Amino acid sequence: MSTSLTETISPTGSFTPDIFAQHLAAQTGLPDWWLDAKRTAWAQFQSSPLPTIRDEAWRFSTRSGIKLDGYAPASASPSAQLPAHASDLPCAARLVFSNNVLAQHTALAADLAARGVIVEPLRDALVKHGDLVRRYLNQQHTNLGGDKFRALHTALAHDGVFIYVPAGVEVPTPIAVVHQASGAGATVFPHTLVVAEANARATIAEFFTSAEPDAVQLASGVNDLFAGPGAQLNYIAAQAWSSQTLAFQHNAITADRDARILALNVHLGGRQARHESHSRLIGPGAHSEMLALTVAQGTQEFDQRTLQTHQAPHTSSNLLYKNALLDSARTIFSGLIVVEPDAQKTDAYQSNRNLMLSDTAEANSLPGLEIQANDVRCSHGATTSRLDPEQEFYLLARGIPKAQAAELLLFGFFEKVLGEIPHEGLYQTIRALIQTKLKK
Amino acid sequence: MKPPSEPEATPAAPAPVNPLAGLDQSVSDFSYDVKYDYDAGTGLTPATIDYISSVKKEAAWIREFRHHALKVFESKPLPTHWATKDLETLDFSKIRYYLSQGAQKPKRTWEEVPDDIKKTFERLGVPEHERKFLAGVDAQFDSESAYSSIKEVVAKQGVIFMNSTEALREHPDLFRKWFGKVIPTSDNKFSALNSAVFSGGSFIYVPPGVKVAHPLQAYFRINAENFGQFERTLIIVDEGAELTYMEGCTAPKFSTSTLHSAVVELVAMKDAKIQYITVQNWAPNVYNLVTKRGLAHENAEIKWIDCNIGSHLTMKYPGVVLKGRKARGEVVSIALANDGQHQDTGAKMIHLADETTSTIISKSISVGQGRSTYRGIVRIPKHLKGCKNNTECDALLINTNSRTDTYPAITVQGQTHAAQHEASVSKVSEEMIFYMQQRGLTEAQAMSLAVNGFVNDLVRQFPMEYSVELKRLIDLEMEGSVG
Repeated sequence: MSTSLTETISPTGSFTPDIFAQHLAAQTGLPDWWLDAKRTAWAQFQSSPLPTIRDEAWRFSTRSGIKLDGYAPASASPSAQLPAHASDLPCAARLVFSNNVLAQHTALAADLAARGVIVEPLRDALVKHGDLVRRYLNQQHTNLGGDKFRALHTALAHDGVFIYVPAGVEVPTPIAVVHQASGAGATVFPHTLVVAEANARATIAEFFTSAEPDAVQLASGVNDLFAGPGAQLNYIAAQAWSSQTLAFQHNAITADRDARILALNVHLGGRQARHESHSRLIGPGAHSEMLALTVAQGTQEFDQRTLQTHQAPHTSSNLLYKNALLDSARTIFSGLIVVEPDAQKTDAYQSNRNLMLSDTAEANSLPGLEIQANDVRCSHGATTSRLDPEQEFYLLARGIPKAQAAELLLFGFFEKVLGEIPHEGLYQTIRALIQTKLKK
Repeated sequence: MKPPSEPEATPAAPAPVNPLAGLDQSVSDFSYDVKYDYDAGTGLTPATIDYISSVKKEAAWIREFRHHALKVFESKPLPTHWATKDLETLDFSKIRYYLSQGAQKPKRTWEEVPDDIKKTFERLGVPEHERKFLAGVDAQFDSESAYSSIKEVVAKQGVIFMNSTEALREHPDLFRKWFGKVIPTSDNKFSALNSAVFSGGSFIYVPPGVKVAHPLQAYFRINAENFGQFERTLIIVDEGAELTYMEGCTAPKFSTSTLHSAVVELVAMKDAKIQYITVQNWAPNVYNLVTKRGLAHENAEIKWIDCNIGSHLTMKYPGVVLKGRKARGEVVSIALANDGQHQDTGAKMIHLADETTSTIISKSISVGQGRSTYRGIVRIPKHLKGCKNNTECDALLINTNSRTDTYPAITVQGQTHAAQHEASVSKVSEEMIFYMQQRGLTEAQAMSLAVNGFVNDLVRQFPMEYSVELKRLIDLEMEGSVG
């Protein structure tokens, strides 16, 4: 190893060619195109550099925190202790993964399966519905700067979930997916692919968690959502990785004519967590609702990058990202609305609200617009401020203790997003997760 | 008409392209044959700098400063990782970095000025004696001009107002104290370029407590070096003093050089107030890459009013460093981008003291295939208390293929601050146009009126004669934009 003063950080770190070869050898019985995609992705991961100071897509990110050394990609084995997330929630199906391996599976009810709904581990789906999966798998990227980490994901993803809802079918209760990382150095690559055909409806709830609250771990996940004409998809995710996790999540949303997609992400865990989300509105009448809540504590850094691309006329999108910042936490919100030349009558909104709860927290806001059509309604707003002292005073004057008053006001701040969660049980589950974090 | 002073060409320089918008641009190529006494040739080498320094008979430290700046310029890459790739078309080796006519007067007559230009002056309402100057017939406003009396009045108040080249010779101590302090050479590639080859620009010092009643204008100075393409302006307003400064010109300006890169530094001491007004209407082939920043001490106020109408590409983000408690910074920006133009403008607010406040208001209009961009930085670090920022960006898109972008970056640390940013994009409503047409206006007139209405609240902040001209200029620019 070099001991020179200008020590260079390895762009691949713990992810050596041996690790990849070992991974590939274990992928027996899977289609060749899938293995080829892995090889291509691996080459891309190896050849692309880590983010540099000149990468606008990584502006304000703590680049020194993005090192790929110190992980144990091969040795981590599933934990015996499985998370109980969503176990008491009425679910259409529930899949629990521990260190990438399917550990628990509550299969879909027979009547839904009979109507053609597919909720299966990705490995099974690759074999049973290869052509269908291939049509959508990794077909859309986020294009927000994290390609290297998405490539790492594709190269090393072991399993995931494939959800397919045929035309006109409604899945009445949420489909729950739980991913757990377990053990020091564990690396996880959750993949969730959701396809809703014309006029189909479904709600997916995804939970990311760690078996140990403070283990050093790495996660790079993908959740891509496709909604066909008139389809309605709700995707609710709660990220609660360990406090020492380096996390990446890549989300691509594609909404066709008159489709409506809601993606709501709650960010709680991680040492440094980057979330990239790209909505494409490809058919008239399509709507994308992008919502997020973040509770940033300690020295956590949450890095959220979004893109709303309006490719067709008469499309709409609405983004609301709310961050509460405590201690010395940092948040970065960088959003962009792109209206392409033909996308007249676009209605797009983007808003980032930062609530500062400490003197050492830092909020960075980069709300951007790129508009190439004139008959549009586009606006964005970003505010950064503290709790309203008058509201606080009002609660204190009514005998509510300070800590409780602050929590009430915080949930008041979050309610506009929480209120969009479509199932009461899910709403309570997510609320409880936030409460747990605040008690820390 | 406040003649040129935004990074301008050397006086009466020939011009390759007719800069007039709204008129038939093919009619005339507005250029003169000019013999220069001093010409540093094309390209930029240490020899160029020695040449400039020798011609200007500069002190050794300035020469040293220039040479150092050249090294910085060469070491810095073009900022294309965030800025437009258009910058790559600049060929630094083909640019003339110093041209001067020395003492000779231009030898041409009003009759040689193309009719188009004359017509535009008329429509803008440019006074007779200023037209000749703007058309390059007179390189100077001589002392007969009414303005010189203002210069005398301010001189009696102790105000120093001269060309930066003169100031470097006559007030080296005052100049050197602040020169390059607000905008260091290494701030960016173009500030380094300016630091290497700067020439012309204004130097103003306002003594404590003096309130300069009349706005000072760049063209009061009677000097052939006024309008350098690498202008360097330094303005120091001492404790409790006040100054309004105006540069630029609503009338179209012609120039040989395709690159203009000015550096403007403002220093407002305790309780001082500076208002700096720019109207930029460069020829449509000009790259206008300007660095402007003010340093506001305790309770001081710096306000940039920046209006960009001309040029091919303008990149300009006036900034205020709020260094003293309760200092205030404000940027009011108007940009109009027509076909082939990219107005990449914005503001930078760096809070460095408690209870400092900053406001940014930006309005842009994109016509035809024009592109306007707002770029901003607001920074409130954590050791401070009670800082506020408010940013508003509104964009108006006239044609279906017009383009606008907004790229703000806001960093706030700590919970005692408040920052808010809002931006919106809209078009002129059809109802509004219909209403006006019902009342007998043509569609073009209605569109002009609507655009003027969009920027009206900002234009009103300009001095009277500027706002009248701006209105006429917008009318001119809007011609032919509909239909």
